[in-house]
Amino acid sequence: MISLAGRDILHAWGKFIFTGIGLGLLIGVTLTMAGVYRGMVDDGKVLLDNSGANLWVVQKDTLGPYAESSSIPDDLWRSIRTLPGVAEAANVTYLTMQVGRGEKDVRAMVVGIAAGEPGTSGWPPQLVAGRQITRGHYEAVADIATGFRLGDEVKIRRNHYTVVGLTRRMVSSSGDPMVFIPLKDAQEAQFLKDNDAILMQRRRTEANPAFNRPGVPGLLDAVIASQTSNNSVNAVLVRIQSEYSPQEVAEPIRRWKRLTVYDRAQMEEILVGKLIATSAKQIAMFLVILAVVSAAIVAFIIYTLTMDKIREIAVLKLIGTRNRTISGMILQQALVLGVIGFVVGKITATFAAPLFPKYVLLMPIDSILGFFAVMVICVLASVVAIRMALKVDPAEAIGG
Amino acid sequence: MTAKGIHIEGLSKRYGEGDTAVLALKNVNMQVAPGEVVGLIGPSGSGKSTLLKCLGAVIDPTAGRMVLGNEVIFDDEWKVRDLRALRRDKIGFVFQAPYLIPFLDVTDNVALLPMLAGVGNDDARKRALELLTALDVQHRAKAMPSQLSGGEQQRVAIARGLVNRPPVILADEPTAPLDSVRAMSVIRILNDMARRFETAVIVVTHDEKIIPTFKRIYHIRDGVTHEEAGEGRSFE
Repeated sequence: MISLAGRDILHAWGKFIFTGIGLGLLIGVTLTMAGVYRGMVDDGKVLLDNSGANLWVVQKDTLGPYAESSSIPDDLWRSIRTLPGVAEAANVTYLTMQVGRGEKDVRAMVVGIAAGEPGTSGWPPQLVAGRQITRGHYEAVADIATGFRLGDEVKIRRNHYTVVGLTRRMVSSSGDPMVFIPLKDAQEAQFLKDNDAILMQRRRTEANPAFNRPGVPGLLDAVIASQTSNNSVNAVLVRIQSEYSPQEVAEPIRRWKRLTVYDRAQMEEILVGKLIATSAKQIAMFLVILAVVSAAIVAFIIYTLTMDKIREIAVLKLIGTRNRTISGMILQQALVLGVIGFVVGKITATFAAPLFPKYVLLMPIDSILGFFAVMVICVLASVVAIRMALKVDPAEAIGG
Repeated sequence: MTAKGIHIEGLSKRYGEGDTAVLALKNVNMQVAPGEVVGLIGPSGSGKSTLLKCLGAVIDPTAGRMVLGNEVIFDDEWKVRDLRALRRDKIGFVFQAPYLIPFLDVTDNVALLPMLAGVGNDDARKRALELLTALDVQHRAKAMPSQLSGGEQQRVAIARGLVNRPPVILADEPTAPLDSVRAMSVIRILNDMARRFETAVIVVTHDEKIIPTFKRIYHIRDGVTHEEAGEGRSFE
């Protein structure tokens, strides 16, 4: 038996190809939206991977340092370091801000990294160009997505930094590229007030008789010094010894230091389950809408193609074609349309993904699920046309 | 071949029930022998199409008896279970417009019927080509229907009606869209094929040009038929 669907498609291939391309662009958008969600999740995981930490020690009862602000003393790391099972503890600050380069600026997450050596928690694990930070001030390592190049001078708050190294895929959970600077500079950038605010605070402090007492020399200077310096960081990144479990190390920190400690799984839950949950729901809604629109379009196209063949279907039924042969013809056409659409959509998504400003991760499993979803949608969409075709009276082929 | 044409006795068809019932066919009797071509003529609304649909097993007659070949197919109820297979294997249709399947070439348009009946593709195409040759359209065997003239399309449609060697062919205004030369050609072909394959052919027509060619004519008016002798004029 010849394939009626195949012959019809070959006969009207232009119609099928162009319809498939139209459908494919819609499927491409759907796959890209799924890729955007996967990219957000991956950004979060990459952020955790790149920090190199097993535990994140943050301000008590906060979800810091990525989902909420967290402020803890910068000397706390020393006592954490002495606890059993801790291999390494390093201060870190995170601040998302505009980083200037010449006339333009770039949205970036500025990461303050503690003094140490490559491999220390918080440091960028690999560079694609240049070197790591070796000086205590005014050097920066930037992600390549910032658009910065080696030797560029960038401005963070009042200070200028020279880009000495470049990284790749070092991004925040919201996809902003990272710029690493020394911890002290980052603390200053995060907590430093502007000059006017400092002057006004000094005046207020000088006017306060409690701080400016006659006969107590040096008190006012000490108070002002304490007001302008900053001793806080956002988190302490902890790397544990291999023979300890994260919970074994985290428990004493919670109990004795009265801090909140998250392990990798908990931090992933915060990033994926809380930080991008709303965005994920937003994308899920888009996916549902796109799926419904795709189904409606396929249904409409198949319905129209079937309507165009009503007379032929009546003749086919009159000359003895079985209903399942006619149903099969319509179903096969819907599936072929879906396959053409999926191939076009997959190609579109693959070429479009790198053009997006944020990371779009197209996972094979999403493509496989997408393919089956398209097939299911096509099957469901063909039901209306099949029902209509089955209702066609063979008597319509005979006049009268 | 054991075909014995078609024999109809007391065929009636009623649409609707009660006060709104319409008797479209009233006790129709008809006999068409193998190899014979008869005309069925009548004004619009006389019951021609209803009769054709009953004979074509497309609608259910209300009462009567129909014998196709040597098989009783209807005796106040259908005696065959699969009407679809009955239409496919025992009844050939030729329509006013050829209604060829536009996405199949000429050979496959004809070969489709044996394929639907389970004949292998090669055998079905061989059978189709034999008929296309008999109808002198074998040179268009690979053409698509849209590439054929009206006369060629109608010949292909006749080949499709004959391909399963049915005992009866129902032709519904087969010459309506054709000029007189082509119309005569179609009638000649139907007569030739009827004789060659021992097929009974019933031609529903309004076409004044071809009516004189029938040897027997059934007139139908208000659902009642009566038979009369035709002129049997040559269509050469």
